[in-house]
Amino acid sequence: MNFSEVFKQSNQLCKVSPDGKYLATCVQYRLVVRDVSTLQILQLYTCLDQISHMDWSSDSLFILCAMYKRGLVQVWSLEQPDWHCKIDEGSIGLVSSRWSPDGRHILNTTEFHLRVTVWSLCTKAVSYIKYPKACQKGIDFSRDGCYMALAERRDCKDYVSVFVCDDWHLLRHFETETQDLAGLEWSPNGCVLAVWDSCLEYKVLLYSLDGRLLSAYSAYEWSLGVKSVTWSPNSQFLAIGSYDEKVRILNHITWKKITQFEHPSSINNTKAVVYKEVEKRTAVGSDDLSLHITIGTALYNTRSKYEICPSPVQIPVVKPDPDRANPKIGVSSLAFSSDSRYLATKNGGFQVQSLNWHRSGDSLMLLGKEQLCLCYMDTDQEDK
Amino acid sequence: MSKTSYCAYLTGFISPEVKDTCSSSVECRSPPLIQFSQSSVPLHRNYILSTFCTEHNVQECLSHINQEVSSLGLPPVWTESSGSSEMNVMAVLNCMYDLIQLHHRGLRTLENMEVEQLKSSSNVDHLHCLSLLKLILNEQLELSKRGNTGLLERERQLHLKVKSLQNCLKNEKDEVQKLQNIIASRASQYNHEMKRKEREFTKLKERLNQLLVDKKEKKQAIDVLNNIGRADGKRSLWKTQKTEAKHEGEMYKTLLSDYDTRQREMLLENAELKKVLQQIKKEMVSILSLRKPIRKDDKHPDAGIQDEEQVFDSSKESVGLFSVHAREKLTNSIRLQWRRLKSHVERLDSQGSLYMGENKTDDAISRETHEEEMDRLKLEIQPCKDFIQTQQQLLQQQLSSPCDEETTSLLSNCYMLQERERFREEWKTLEKQRNLFERERRNCTEAAISINSRHASHSLPCARKKVCCLYLHKP
Repeated sequence: MNFSEVFKQSNQLCKVSPDGKYLATCVQYRLVVRDVSTLQILQLYTCLDQISHMDWSSDSLFILCAMYKRGLVQVWSLEQPDWHCKIDEGSIGLVSSRWSPDGRHILNTTEFHLRVTVWSLCTKAVSYIKYPKACQKGIDFSRDGCYMALAERRDCKDYVSVFVCDDWHLLRHFETETQDLAGLEWSPNGCVLAVWDSCLEYKVLLYSLDGRLLSAYSAYEWSLGVKSVTWSPNSQFLAIGSYDEKVRILNHITWKKITQFEHPSSINNTKAVVYKEVEKRTAVGSDDLSLHITIGTALYNTRSKYEICPSPVQIPVVKPDPDRANPKIGVSSLAFSSDSRYLATKNGGFQVQSLNWHRSGDSLMLLGKEQLCLCYMDTDQEDK
Repeated sequence: MSKTSYCAYLTGFISPEVKDTCSSSVECRSPPLIQFSQSSVPLHRNYILSTFCTEHNVQECLSHINQEVSSLGLPPVWTESSGSSEMNVMAVLNCMYDLIQLHHRGLRTLENMEVEQLKSSSNVDHLHCLSLLKLILNEQLELSKRGNTGLLERERQLHLKVKSLQNCLKNEKDEVQKLQNIIASRASQYNHEMKRKEREFTKLKERLNQLLVDKKEKKQAIDVLNNIGRADGKRSLWKTQKTEAKHEGEMYKTLLSDYDTRQREMLLENAELKKVLQQIKKEMVSILSLRKPIRKDDKHPDAGIQDEEQVFDSSKESVGLFSVHAREKLTNSIRLQWRRLKSHVERLDSQGSLYMGENKTDDAISRETHEEEMDRLKLEIQPCKDFIQTQQQLLQQQLSSPCDEETTSLLSNCYMLQERERFREEWKTLEKQRNLFERERRNCTEAAISINSRHASHSLPCARKKVCCLYLHKP
């Protein structure tokens, strides 16, 4: 694997355009756009303040740069470098900013989540959405970009509003049976909305596009509940990772649990292969990313190799402080492969920031704080 | 007669000293009893006159008394040698005294014996009482033993109960601990949320204060150089009821199409599964029918029904099993066939094991190796079969394919086609060469003729000859 030279960036703002041709990075208050293949700088834009957030529009023509402290959003065009757009939220402040799926509207969430302002770049029109909820994932757009689901909280009750992204027409508005809605996510086919409660109550609700409650699922009571939720790409499975270190899979026909996966601290399964990375860099212990799937690669000058651990394998477990909130136990990341055959999960306090599958579905990338690991799967093997 | 009355009688005849000794001797221990002769007269009877001795029988009485006294061990009273009828008064008195002593002694021993007897009787009574007491105590012991075992049993049961209660207690404690942990984690979560909300609240208050104080209010604004077109190029529409209705319609369309695709998928899946079931059923039936002639002792009471089923179902196949009844029929028939197959396989297994148990010679090949051999041979045969089949097919095609004259003519000599083509090419080239040579020769002959005509004047015989030769060699 080859690596390019190191480029400066700030705030981890570094994104490739959706069409894959350009790479945008932010350095303090400057926005640098490079060509992906040659890494030559194509454009350079200067913003008014340090950029807090940067995002490409869906058609790769525009980039938004948000400066939360100043309450400003600036939009730049790749085709016309002279074109500029500045959105000032005024004294109301800015907490988050994002594109709409059509790439022509910008949704700004004001400070204290007072409201969501929808700015149109086509007509300069403004729309307001009141009482958005401040939670883990309060807004989600359906994959085809037609609908937006927004979590709201009024009078100590949770609601979900479904908007048509075309003209921001409110299609449906319904109350949810949650105590404290923590997140919502559309299924990939855009017909079902999964809504889950905060970790104090294990509850996952499934609503149809037209607002009907299809099913409610709750695995247990009282203990800390749902930590992460993800849909399979074919919309047939919903994987729920919870604080009890188990993943439960629901099927789309009956919305009942079809299986559950556990993460025991000692792996005894004869079908599982555990690879342990052993670094030869320093004598300071062996850095282990013990995985449930296969092979890795060496980075830079660090020589490390993977050796197969004989079963039973003891996974090092760090008991989190029980007095602290949001303990670092439970299944925090889930990712289905693109053919929905494999599920990668991360349990516990391991320093894995993200799990991403390749489109072909046979390799998985694990991104840690200091490590990057690529796993190639031999698809003839049995899956776990 | 009591001791005291006897003593009183004696004192009537005896001096007071004797009385004293009598009374004192009563307390002494009794000497060994002397057997009284039965002819002794009971002395405690109150006889004043003794009819034993009269005036006539004094001698006999004397001798009798002598005998008696000597038998008692006392010195005789009267010796015959004295010759006088007068008795020795001293001897008589001594004798009497001795007799009285003996008598006292006897009385004493009698008293002692009576005392002993009393004692022993009282002992006996005592023992009797003791034995009764023993019986009673034994009974009480039995009772208490039984009571004890009962108590032990109760104690055991109580122990068990205690153990189970302890277990329950432990479980409850664990449960309580777990719940406490849950409560603790929930409490920490709530506290965290509370703090977060409080922080936000304070921020909000500060912001509000700041806004109230801050006179100039910054307004929201958007500043765009020029409006950009929509991504899809269309004009944006006004929000009217029509558009709203359109949106509703589109939403329902999406939902419906999703349901449609799902239903189609499920239909396909259903059809697949039904096909598989049918196949399984057919195979099971075929297997069972194959086995039927081998198993002669096998009872198939419902064989007739099976055939009926076969006939029945094959007619239904083409219809397609969409009705509930047909579905049920299919599943029931499969269950039936499966049960039969299972029982049959079990029978075979038991038979096989029996056979293996009986016949443990080395010649017998185990079933597994036999089956492996069979599989291997089958695998070997399969490609050969396929090959033969394809060859047959090709041959069939060849023979039976009705092709027109063109193709027949094309195909008639197709094997030598390549060669023929090649020969044709060569022929063509050779023809060309021949033509070339022909032309060249003509040119040469013409040239020669011209030269000849020119040289005719010079009259060179050699040249003419050559030309003639050339001319002659023209084919």
